Amino acid sequence: MILVFCELKDGKLRKPSAEALSEGRRLADAAGLKLAALTVGASAEGAADAATYGADLILTCASPALASYSSDAFAAAIADAAKAKGATVVLGAATAMGKDALPRAAARLEAGYAGDVTGLSMEGGKLQALRPVYAGKAFATTGFTSAIQVATTRPNVFPATEKAGAGAMEAVEAPAGGFKAIVKEILAKGGGKVDLTEANVIVAGGRGLKSGENFKLLEDLAEALGGVVGASRAAVDAGWGLPHSIQVGQTGKVVSPTLYIAAGISGAIQHLAGMSSSKYIVAINKDPEAPIFKIADYGIVGDLFEVVPELTKAAKAMGVGAHH
Amino acid sequence: MKILVCLKQVPDTETKVKVAADGKSLDPSDVKWITSPYDEYALEEALRLKEAKGAEVTAVTVGDEKAKDILRNAFALGADHAVLLKGDGQGDTLAIASMLAAFAKDKAFDLILSGNKGIGGDNGAVGPMLAELLGIGQANVVVKLEVGEGSFRAEREIEGGTEVVEGSLPAVITAQKGLNEPRYASLKGIMAAKKKTIEEVEAAGHAPATGTLAMALPPARPEGRKLEGDAASQAQALMVALKNEAKVF
Ligand SMILES: Cc1cc2nc3c(=O)[nH]c(=O)nc-3n(C[C@H](O)[C@H](O)[C@H](O)COP(=O)(O)OP(=O)(O)OC[C@H]3O[C@@H](n4cnc5c(N)ncnc54)[C@H](O)[C@@H]3O)c2cc1C
Ligand SMILES: Nc1ncnc2c1ncn2[C@@H]1O[C@H](COP(=O)(O)O)[C@@H](O)[C@H]1O
Repeated sequence: MILVFCELKDGKLRKPSAEALSEGRRLADAAGLKLAALTVGASAEGAADAATYGADLILTCASPALASYSSDAFAAAIADAAKAKGATVVLGAATAMGKDALPRAAARLEAGYAGDVTGLSMEGGKLQALRPVYAGKAFATTGFTSAIQVATTRPNVFPATEKAGAGAMEAVEAPAGGFKAIVKEILAKGGGKVDLTEANVIVAGGRGLKSGENFKLLEDLAEALGGVVGASRAAVDAGWGLPHSIQVGQTGKVVSPTLYIAAGISGAIQHLAGMSSSKYIVAINKDPEAPIFKIADYGIVGDLFEVVPELTKAAKAMGVGAHH
Repeated sequence: MKILVCLKQVPDTETKVKVAADGKSLDPSDVKWITSPYDEYALEEALRLKEAKGAEVTAVTVGDEKAKDILRNAFALGADHAVLLKGDGQGDTLAIASMLAAFAKDKAFDLILSGNKGIGGDNGAVGPMLAELLGIGQANVVVKLEVGEGSFRAEREIEGGTEVVEGSLPAVITAQKGLNEPRYASLKGIMAAKKKTIEEVEAAGHAPATGTLAMALPPARPEGRKLEGDAASQAQALMVALKNEAKVF
């Protein structure tokens, strides 16, 4: 059996989880295995959505004690369900929660773990994972020797494909309590904007923006395109008041949106590492020799202070907004 | 308070990745090895706790002879003890976590700090695995940490916000950029570090649960094109290209 840990938010299946589930379905079909979804939380509202993405079985681990996320409790719930059902492959999305709970669950299962994978296959009954290493400067194929194999799927890479599954619901026992660490509060930032790693469009700025205030230009463009704003490390470290969480690169977020627009970013190796797997890259730089142009699909040599507002204008005029 | 800091030696971020002749590992020629940047935040946090509250800081790495460099650096920055667990520090995360767990098990550390990921391998797994193997709590990708009597409060990055995690000590905390600003080693520290002794222990742990079967470079991106004209026509041309050629919209 393949077990997929699914995250629910506001009574709905999260998109990265739907992607993991779809990939689970594909692998289950290839290997002749059953697919189970597992939800963990105070309630199982929305768990039935898993049937839309091919789950044969939907395991729900619900208890008031699980209303707030706890690494140890959720990892225990995942590992215990995997054991109880004899799952040999355990998947989840490489979200903040998935990257926290699944390696921990893997250790509990004495299982190998491949994180943030961009490709999966079943070879001779065992999982094989393709994953970017060195922040995408290379790709590694990971094989497993452990009986159980655990992996997290990078958001936005695997398609969420609707395919009806039997979706038989089954409640499983919740961990007893006495959790060692638990979430007390969530401090939302930026009005619940999409995270960089899940965004379809990213408009990123570098030192060429010259000040934090000027990032408003990028926000306007991002809004017109239905995207979010990112930054180079030089911009984040410049003391312009930009949050660390928007840094793109080897020591920041590694992103692969459909469209990445880099304005006033030179294209240092550490920055390229974080964004060169984007589907389309646009570079705006006044220096025609800037290394960023080497990987850009479309290059605009020019002053970003002139070009970016024109782009915003053109985007609004065309009424665009990216779809998947 | 006893603090353990886990350090991984990794290739410098400037490294131009070349695949070795075996087709599955990094060609080590021209690679400069450094402490993984996130582990620097972990070590800095330990040193700040030591200064604020008093603590004994032990730096540990699973690695080979050359990994002693990062332990020397930890001494230079202010670690009290440094331990080399001799073993494969670049390979499987379950194996590494179990080696660290076997080392830490009976030593009554109050706090274990690590990076949220070792750059290069980009696994992001050893911290949570170590916490599970030791049966203690964790907070991952932490940008702010407060340590109390037997408890902690940590802020960790999640999609579009911050999550406040509270728990009991001991715990594993994995560091993210923003936690602090790491110090530089002083000349005095560097000199003193040369005289300190690195403890060496044969690492013992789980057999590797994963292995790298192949490594390849990503396909080169096709040559792009430059858009001509003034700003307004460049902008117009781009939007048209994105819509009609790339079909982004
Ligand atoms: C250990 C380590 C880790 C690192 N990790 C990261 C990382 O994760 N992410 C990251 O981004 N960097 C990282 N770096 C830093 C990286 O090496 C570069 O210093 C950084 O990416 C440069 O940022 P930048 O392109 O914004 O600035 P610069 O290199 O200064 O480039 C600014 C660009 O703006 C252009 N420009 C200026 N004015 C205008 C204008 N008016 N219109 C158009 N263009 C203009 C210039 O031509 C120039 O190309 C790391 C470095 C180290 C040592
Ligand atoms: N060989 C190692 N020795 C000591 N600590 C390690 C080692 N490998 C990983 N770690 C720690 O675990 C963190 C996460 O590593 P990883 O799971 O490989 O991304 C690193 O930032 C280190 O703090």
